[in-house]
Amino acid sequence: MGRKILFITTDQQRYDTLGVNGGVLSRTPVLDGLAKEGIRYERCQPTSVVCMPSRASMLTGQFPSTHGAWMNGVPLAVDAPSVAENLHDAGYATALIGKAHFEPFMDPFGRFAENSLASLGVPTIEQPWFDGRRGVHRGFDYLEFATHGVMGPLHYARWMIAHHPEALGGFYQVVDNELNVNAAGGGDTGAPQVKFNEVERDWYHTDWVAERTMSWLNAQSDNRDWFCWMSFPDPHHPWDPPKSEISRVPWRDVDLPANYPAKASDRETIIDQKARHWRAWYDGRLVSNYEAPAKWVPATLTSDQVREVNALNAVEVELIDEAIGRVMALIEQKGWGDDVDVIFTTDHGEFQGDFGFLFKGPYHVDALMRLPLIWRPARSTKIAPSVVSAPVSLVSLAATFLSVAGQPAPSWAEGDVLPLSNDDALVLGHDATITEWDSSLFGVDVHVRTVLTHEFLYSEYGPGTLHEGTEGELYDLSDDPLQRVNRFEDPAYFSARATLHERLIAHEERPGERATPGVLMAPV
Amino acid sequence: MASIRHEIRINAAPDKVWNVVTRPESIPEWFPGIDSCTVDGNVRVIKTHMGLEMPEKILTNDSLARRFAYQITAPLYRFHLGVIDVLEIGPGDSLCVYSTTAEPDTLALIIAGGTVGALEEIKRIAETS
Repeated sequence: MGRKILFITTDQQRYDTLGVNGGVLSRTPVLDGLAKEGIRYERCQPTSVVCMPSRASMLTGQFPSTHGAWMNGVPLAVDAPSVAENLHDAGYATALIGKAHFEPFMDPFGRFAENSLASLGVPTIEQPWFDGRRGVHRGFDYLEFATHGVMGPLHYARWMIAHHPEALGGFYQVVDNELNVNAAGGGDTGAPQVKFNEVERDWYHTDWVAERTMSWLNAQSDNRDWFCWMSFPDPHHPWDPPKSEISRVPWRDVDLPANYPAKASDRETIIDQKARHWRAWYDGRLVSNYEAPAKWVPATLTSDQVREVNALNAVEVELIDEAIGRVMALIEQKGWGDDVDVIFTTDHGEFQGDFGFLFKGPYHVDALMRLPLIWRPARSTKIAPSVVSAPVSLVSLAATFLSVAGQPAPSWAEGDVLPLSNDDALVLGHDATITEWDSSLFGVDVHVRTVLTHEFLYSEYGPGTLHEGTEGELYDLSDDPLQRVNRFEDPAYFSARATLHERLIAHEERPGERATPGVLMAPV
Repeated sequence: MASIRHEIRINAAPDKVWNVVTRPESIPEWFPGIDSCTVDGNVRVIKTHMGLEMPEKILTNDSLARRFAYQITAPLYRFHLGVIDVLEIGPGDSLCVYSTTAEPDTLALIIAGGTVGALEEIKRIAETS
C-alpha cells in the first residue's frame, strides 16, 4: 500500500489564528500537534485572495490566469486539469466533503454539477476530463457539499431542512433580499455578518463535515489508498457559530489586533499611503467586488465590533480543530496513522480588523495573503519535522499530492512540490510566490499582480477603473512586517522595485498553455 | 440598475437563427436550465431546473427587426428587461446579442450568466438544423 492523503481546508482563515503560528485567541492543540510532528510553513500564499480562483488553483496546480477561473462567479471549466483525476487513475479512492466552490453558488438554472448533485442523490456524475476521456466529476468518486449557511441546494442545507428545520432560522442570512452580501449587524456590537445562532453544536456545518468525512472513511477498504479533501466552510463569515460555544472566547476580553490602530486618524494615515481604492472602500465610495457587503462602510467599524468578530472567529477555529481531532482519532483507530499524509491549509485570509477593515478584496497584504499551511507527512516516511520560512504557494499542492502518491508531476501543473525544509526550498527554487487579482463587476475593474519574496511584498496595479497602471505598493518585510509604510515611490527602493517588477514580468511571460478566461456567470 | 450583454457569432442566416428564438414556447429547447414553460397570450411562466417558477411578460416579438424582448415580473425584480437581437453580418453569418438589464444589480448578473449557455445552444441549433 502507498500513502493515503487527508487534505484539510478551511475557508478564509488567517495565519495567526493557530496557536503554533503565534495565535492567542483560539486553542488549536490538534493542528499545533500536526505542525510539530510535520512541516510548518511560515510564508504560504494563495494564488488569489477569493475562494473560487484559489480553490481552483489547489485542484489544478495552476494560477488563475492559466486555469481561467479568474474571479468568484467564474466557473472552473468542467474539463480543467484536476489532481483528483490523476489520483483516481493511480488507484486512489477520491472524495471531497464540504465546501468545493469550483462552480458558482448562485445558480437558479441548475447548470452546475455542484448544485444539482444533492438532488440527484448520487455520489458523483460522469463528466469530460482534461485528457479527453470521461470520468467522475473532476476526478472525485464521492462528493458531498456544504457551504456557509442553510440556504440552497447543497447536501448540508438539504440535511438541515430535512432533519432540523426548527434550527434554520438561527443561522445568519448570508445574502440580503437583493442577493448582496448582507450588511445587517448582530451579536452584542452590531457587527456585520454576526449572529448568535441557537443551532445545536453537532448540527453545525463544521461537525457535519467531520461526521460525513468519518462516514466516508469508515467505508474505505484497508486495501486501497485514498485521497480525501475535507473542506470546512468556516471560519469564513458569517460569524454565527453555535451560541452554546461562544463563551469560550468572551469578546470583551479580546485585545485589538496588532494591525488595528485604535485611533481612526492613525488608521486613515496608513490607508492613505496605499493605492487609492483602499481609501475609497474605507469611506464607502467604492465597491469593487462582491465579497464584502455592498452596503457596509468600513469607516463605521468600531473597536468592539473588531473584538467580537475576532472572538467568534476564534470559536469557529476551535470547533474546526476539535472536528479535525475526531477525524484523526478515527484514522488512528483504523490503524492508518502511520500511512496518512495530512495537509492543512485554507484558501485565503480575512482582514479581521487590520487597518480598519473586515472581509476581503483586492488588498494584497498579510491579512488576506499569509496562510496557515501544515504538512504532516505519513510517519512511515520518517521525514524530519521542520519549519519552512521560504515563500511557498498553494499552487504547489497538486504536485505535492501526486508526489505523495508516487506519481510524476503532470505537465499542466505550474507549481513545484512543497519543500520539506528551507534547504529543500533552495534546491527547488521556492524563493517567491505570485498572487493575482482580476475583477470586473458592474463597470468597476481592478487588476493586481503581487510578488512575495523573503524581503519584500510588492504589488503593481494594472489599468482599471481607479488605477492608471502606474500605482503600486512595496513593503519591506524586514522593518515593516505589518505592511504600514508603502515604499513604492521611495527612491531608496527603486532598485528593489525594478527587480520585483522583473519577477512579475517573468510570471506574465511564463511558458505554458492558458485556458480561455471563463465568463462571469454569477456574483459568487 | 445593471446591464449586461453577451453575444455570439453564428454561421447561419439570420432568419434561421431567428426561427430558433421567436416561438415563446421554445425556450426550454435552447435555454439550458429552463426545463419547461407555459405560454398564455403575452405571459410566459418558465420553470428552472432548480424548481423555480418565474413569470415573464413578452414585450416584443418582432420578426422584421428580429428582436424578442421580455420582462421577468417576479417580485424579487424591481426591474428586468431581456432582449434578444439577431443581426445580419453577411450571407449565412449572424450575430446574436442577448442583453439583460435588471435591478437589483445582482440579479442581472445571475440571469445574464444563464444567457451565455443559451447563446451557445442557439448557435448549435441554428448551425445544425
